[in-house]
Amino acid sequence: MKGIIRSFLLTPPEKSSLLNIPRGEVVVKMQGITKRFPGVTANDHVDFELRAGEIHALLGENGAGKTTLMNILYGLYRPDEGEIYVGNRRVKIGSPKDAIKLGIAMVHQHFKLIESLTVAENIALCIEEYKFFSHIQDVKKNIGELSEKYGLRIDPDARVWQLSAGEKQRVEILKALIRRAKILILDEPTSVLTPPEKRELFKILRRMAEEGCGIVFITHKLHEVMEVSDRVTVLRKGRVVATLQTSETNPKQLAKLMLGKEIPLRPITHTASLTYKEAPILEVRNLYVLNDRGSLAVKGVSFEVFAGEIFGIAGVSGNGQRELIEAITGLRKVKLGNIILMGEEVTNRTPKDIIERGVAFIPEDRLNMGIAQDLSISENLILKKYRYTPFSGHLFLNLDHINKWVDKLIKEYNIITPSSRLPAGVLSGGNIQRLILARELSGNPKLIVASNPTRGLDVAATNFVRSLLIEQKKRGVAVLLVSEDLEELLMLADRIAVIFEGKFMGVLPTSKADVNRIGLMMAGIEMAKVRS
Amino acid sequence: MRYRYSSLLRHFGLELKIRVERSSLTSRFTEAMVSTLSVAISLIIAAAIFTYQQIDPIIAYKEIFLSAFGSFDGITYTIVKMIPLLLCGAGLIVAFKANVWNIGAEGQLLLGAIVATWIALFSLKTAPHYISIPTMFALGFIAGGLWALIPAILKIKFNVNEVLTTLMMNHIASKIVEYLIYGPWKGKAAWGFPQTDIFPTNTCIPCIPNTRIHYATLIIAISSALIISILLSRTKIGYEIRVFGIKPEVARYAGISSSRVIILSMLISGGLAGIAGVGEVAGLHHRLRYPWAISSGYGYTAIIVAWLSRLNSIAIVPVSFLLGGLLVGGDTIQVVFRLPVNVIHIFNGLILLCLASGEILLKYRFKIEVKRHGTLVSSSS
Repeated sequence: MKGIIRSFLLTPPEKSSLLNIPRGEVVVKMQGITKRFPGVTANDHVDFELRAGEIHALLGENGAGKTTLMNILYGLYRPDEGEIYVGNRRVKIGSPKDAIKLGIAMVHQHFKLIESLTVAENIALCIEEYKFFSHIQDVKKNIGELSEKYGLRIDPDARVWQLSAGEKQRVEILKALIRRAKILILDEPTSVLTPPEKRELFKILRRMAEEGCGIVFITHKLHEVMEVSDRVTVLRKGRVVATLQTSETNPKQLAKLMLGKEIPLRPITHTASLTYKEAPILEVRNLYVLNDRGSLAVKGVSFEVFAGEIFGIAGVSGNGQRELIEAITGLRKVKLGNIILMGEEVTNRTPKDIIERGVAFIPEDRLNMGIAQDLSISENLILKKYRYTPFSGHLFLNLDHINKWVDKLIKEYNIITPSSRLPAGVLSGGNIQRLILARELSGNPKLIVASNPTRGLDVAATNFVRSLLIEQKKRGVAVLLVSEDLEELLMLADRIAVIFEGKFMGVLPTSKADVNRIGLMMAGIEMAKVRS
Repeated sequence: MRYRYSSLLRHFGLELKIRVERSSLTSRFTEAMVSTLSVAISLIIAAAIFTYQQIDPIIAYKEIFLSAFGSFDGITYTIVKMIPLLLCGAGLIVAFKANVWNIGAEGQLLLGAIVATWIALFSLKTAPHYISIPTMFALGFIAGGLWALIPAILKIKFNVNEVLTTLMMNHIASKIVEYLIYGPWKGKAAWGFPQTDIFPTNTCIPCIPNTRIHYATLIIAISSALIISILLSRTKIGYEIRVFGIKPEVARYAGISSSRVIILSMLISGGLAGIAGVGEVAGLHHRLRYPWAISSGYGYTAIIVAWLSRLNSIAIVPVSFLLGGLLVGGDTIQVVFRLPVNVIHIFNGLILLCLASGEILLKYRFKIEVKRHGTLVSSSS
């Protein structure tokens, strides 16, 4: 019995002709793909080609049509025009099921995992199509073998909701590996990863490419294209601008192709010398916080954030950042220790109380915590204001005032939408972040807690977010910035703390920080030891 | 999606394609279409059942329609049935908007009926009607609300699923009524039937002359639908209910108290069901009777009413009128064709099933394209 199960697990579900395609040959050819959505042409006669054994970057700004193109290949959308060839055979991909049969796998930006099941169960589900019963032990063994082969660290018994974003991504990749996918599409895979996790991912991808897998890597980050890809196709406004050998191009040329014009990155200067004379806005003393699993995620963290400074927290995701932030914003109970806001003890106060004390929170998970997609833009904007005059009286909302205020905010923060009555879910990623910033920053906050505020945003939106944070800091607001983007922290923060397994490895002024030193601290080496 | 007729169509150089796409925007119109379609499809399926019973469905539907809407008496009777459906349904809209699954309107209604009986027969039996009747409505609201509060508190404190608790509490309420009418409240003039004595006239809700429409309850029902419409769209608590119902994580992030939303939405929804119970005993039956005789499943039918109106508390007024008519028609065809009572429940169930399946129509856009020799001749969605 076991043998039979194992044999089905280890042999590919369908012997497709793809498996015999040697490295370097074309596995996927998309010709003249056009896809129109109401009011917008997402793909305009796009030609795209993927070879076996290559990592092919698909570069473009948000809304350039990268994801749409790959969703077409994965069967989520059907093209209005155009043809798709997989392994020299013309195919019609009507659904992801068809795509999977052709050996195509896709790792989406938002993971398609069942949160309440374990890793092994999730993976068993994706092979379940081929056999009704499957032995979870065999699946686990299989996971173990593959993890070892590709260096994917994962606990097969962990429940998915307990995993960090990076770990969830590994589960998705495992799903592709276990199905023996020949074509792997990754949609902005690094947006949820830290530098070490990113390096690990790139290593895995290289390994897969060496075995003949064709990999499409959707991104808008130039250095990633340079770092990992063999070829790059640049999309702008739904059209292919160029397909190049990565070795024959450079970031400057790619940026020009991607943006259509040269945009110099805004140089940002640090506050040269901050004098911490005044009392801190936020003081965290010896804080202990539990995670969802009930084990300690924050273990005795202490720090202070002063008015007019950006205090950065660097670290690999899942090292207690989320729990720390949630404790400060009142969303998670503190086990031990104190949180002091402008001299007043606020440990374990309600989120409402914390909001009222002038704490703005830009959450990491924009779509699940930052906005309610089914509520209108206007209703999302008043989320933290509706209780107070002049937005409402004792009982009723003051719609006149709300509408005026919302219109003003939409203009001020440049949220692009035809109407404030549309559901917020129709906005693009960048506009959603603008909406959140408009809401959070409009209340003259004293402290801004921002968690990965530029993750997944394009260059323009990223610059907008960063300049807003700098502006707030100049106004004398204290900013606590948690980011997995080290460059961002080096660019914005005045001081950087590095968190590892719930503890600070050290706090250092940005002027004395460098990537190597912080990298070592992120790996769990304390600052004192790094120095020596 | 390949279509079965494609080969035939291709013969004429035509190609028919149905495309399915995800859509994030749903219009009022599509929502209304889904509700109408659900009813239409249930009518067709039910027609098959009638045919199986050797009844001509067209005659049956004609009979249902005429008995409910075809005469003055029919319409008044439809309105009588509409009152509890509207009250319970309007309350359920609040609970469903908060994503709190109150399946317990039936029991909450019975609690209102019990309290009304207690006032009518025991505590205020001699009070003038301008005191006794408002008291009944007020206490009926409180009783229904408190009954709904038990599952609410269990949900908040112990995270108990409210679908199970509210549903089970219907049976408890039903057994309490049975206990009262077989036991302590059994009428002295009831000839041994399990029911209480008839209410004194000063505790009966007056009716429109020559009808059985207890208009005070009708007025409360229609105004509560309007109030709920305003509550949900214009007030702070309505906003909190909607935010919490759409995404609890966002509500928490915004500092909205989940306990407050759950308690208030259950109180309102249970309270309105309680008022419906007051109306049934004090306006219609004038005594506490067997639970099924008082309510005949209004609390459950109201769930269909709420969803059929797509949680719109204005649309619920005509929808409850139509469903009231369906109940009247159901009574009639039982008599005319000697069908079991369950036929109408089958029909209700069918509507709910079609509505649930209709959800998919709201999430996706269907586009039908006809191509002639490769060129698009018509496209509709």
